[in-house]
Amino acid sequence: MVRSIRIGSGAGYSGDRIEPAVELAEKGGIDYLVFECLGERTVALAQQARMKNPDSGYDPLLEERMRAVLPVCAAKGIKIVTNMGAANPHAAARKTAEIAKSLGLPLKIAAIVGDDVLQACKDGDLPIMEFDGTIKQLGNRLLSANAYLGAEPMAQALSGGADVVITGRASDPALFLAPMIHAFGWAMDDWNLLGQGTVAGHLLECAGQVTGGYFADPGYKDIPDLARLGFPIGEVGADGSLVITKVKGSGGAVTAQTCKEQLLYEVHDPTKYLQPDVVADFSQVNVEEIAPDRVRISGGRGARRTDTLKVSVGYIDSYIGEGQISYAGPGALARGRLALEIVRERLQLTGVKSSELRFDLIGVDSLHGAEVSARAGEPYEVRVRVAGRTESLREAVRIGNEVETLYTNGPAAGGGVTKSARDVVAVASVLLPRDLAKPSVRFVEA
Amino acid sequence: MIKLREIAHSRTGDKGNTSNISVIAYDAKHYPLLKAEVTSERVKAHFAGVVEGEVVRYELPNIAALNFVMTQTLGGGVTRSLALDAHGKSLSSALLDMEIEDAPGT
Repeated sequence: MVRSIRIGSGAGYSGDRIEPAVELAEKGGIDYLVFECLGERTVALAQQARMKNPDSGYDPLLEERMRAVLPVCAAKGIKIVTNMGAANPHAAARKTAEIAKSLGLPLKIAAIVGDDVLQACKDGDLPIMEFDGTIKQLGNRLLSANAYLGAEPMAQALSGGADVVITGRASDPALFLAPMIHAFGWAMDDWNLLGQGTVAGHLLECAGQVTGGYFADPGYKDIPDLARLGFPIGEVGADGSLVITKVKGSGGAVTAQTCKEQLLYEVHDPTKYLQPDVVADFSQVNVEEIAPDRVRISGGRGARRTDTLKVSVGYIDSYIGEGQISYAGPGALARGRLALEIVRERLQLTGVKSSELRFDLIGVDSLHGAEVSARAGEPYEVRVRVAGRTESLREAVRIGNEVETLYTNGPAAGGGVTKSARDVVAVASVLLPRDLAKPSVRFVEA
Repeated sequence: MIKLREIAHSRTGDKGNTSNISVIAYDAKHYPLLKAEVTSERVKAHFAGVVEGEVVRYELPNIAALNFVMTQTLGGGVTRSLALDAHGKSLSSALLDMEIEDAPGT
């Protein structure tokens, strides 16, 4: 039995940097390389793409990432686990097999399918958690429903000899838990081990966010060489012991501070971090610097998993129109405020139909609102921003237009207009009885 | 009075329409001060005009940290918000601007 493994985290979101994963594979001494690339609403957007082309619907950077890491991973026997399958894991696996073949690499690729639970959600007409309504009430605005799968099918794929495992919607920490379950033979009801493994996965899943990214604050929290930020490695033992580290000589830093910030990132009640495989408890975790860029994490626990899976439901919510224009120099703030008043009145006069409007001055109050921002001084330049929610793209376009016409009809010296209008694919959640999701593994040979 | 920034660091996370902000003491000796000064009520007041729901505080003494969970904070949800910073990632910086009682020894 394997006593410890090293897992590298090669991406923290779909657009993340490419070369840190190559550095991990070449110099990290890793056994597994995980890419977390699937944001909350990305599956819904990918589902839209798949409806137009049945062979698409997977991560747009899949090919670039695979071409970058497959040769070195194949040479060193590093297994890859990723959710780049998005709305079409099987097509992503076929594409990866094609790339491997073109590189002369005889790899075994596995797709995890079955996270798409749209039909089961419709059949049960499940209630939406975020607002009053049910799946059926979303009508033709409904795009997708994908269950957050656990680690088990991914671990099965690894045990079946997969070199690359590609899933769609799965819980992010489960991408990391799967290699642990596979390598150590952890039981799926050993709640404390699964809880500590979830701590590891949670710390690693956002890649650079635990090695000094999303952290630096000059003079208070300085981090070296963020342009060459090294991505993290988790050294995990069969007993759940964990050290977070990174490639020697890479940019960034792994410290108790970076690990504590990431431990609580996107966590609500730390005693109940709900996962498909376990209810993890982060409240007793200890964080200890044992050497430069080496932090030991212990004390993660767990309790029995719930009987339901969280399902991410994608739907067309509304349309958003937006326009921006800048003012500078003496009186910039007053001209910016005047511009906002003019647009507010114009949207009324011309009868633009919107359910929600927002009037911001970027540089003044756009991030935290007027009350929080009131204590700051006057800036040299301001940028007016008006955004509104509408029921059609046509109405959304009119909002940006009313900002643009400020050029010739508004305050003096307004410049640099930008405008946009887009549909809003939003996500909501439902809880699905666990046994209604039926994941399975499909192998594709290169 | 000192700014919270002098003794603590912070990170914001998002889920749906809920934002969470961690407040972590640089030095564990300041954890009791954080607990006494940075209450749910003060955080809610500090974020006037931002937090439309409630603020719940969780305590993590092992790592000298507090975790604030703020509902109805992200403009109806990250994926549909009209806000420039739909995730609320910049909110941690606003919280660190909070003034608290000076700590003995700082």
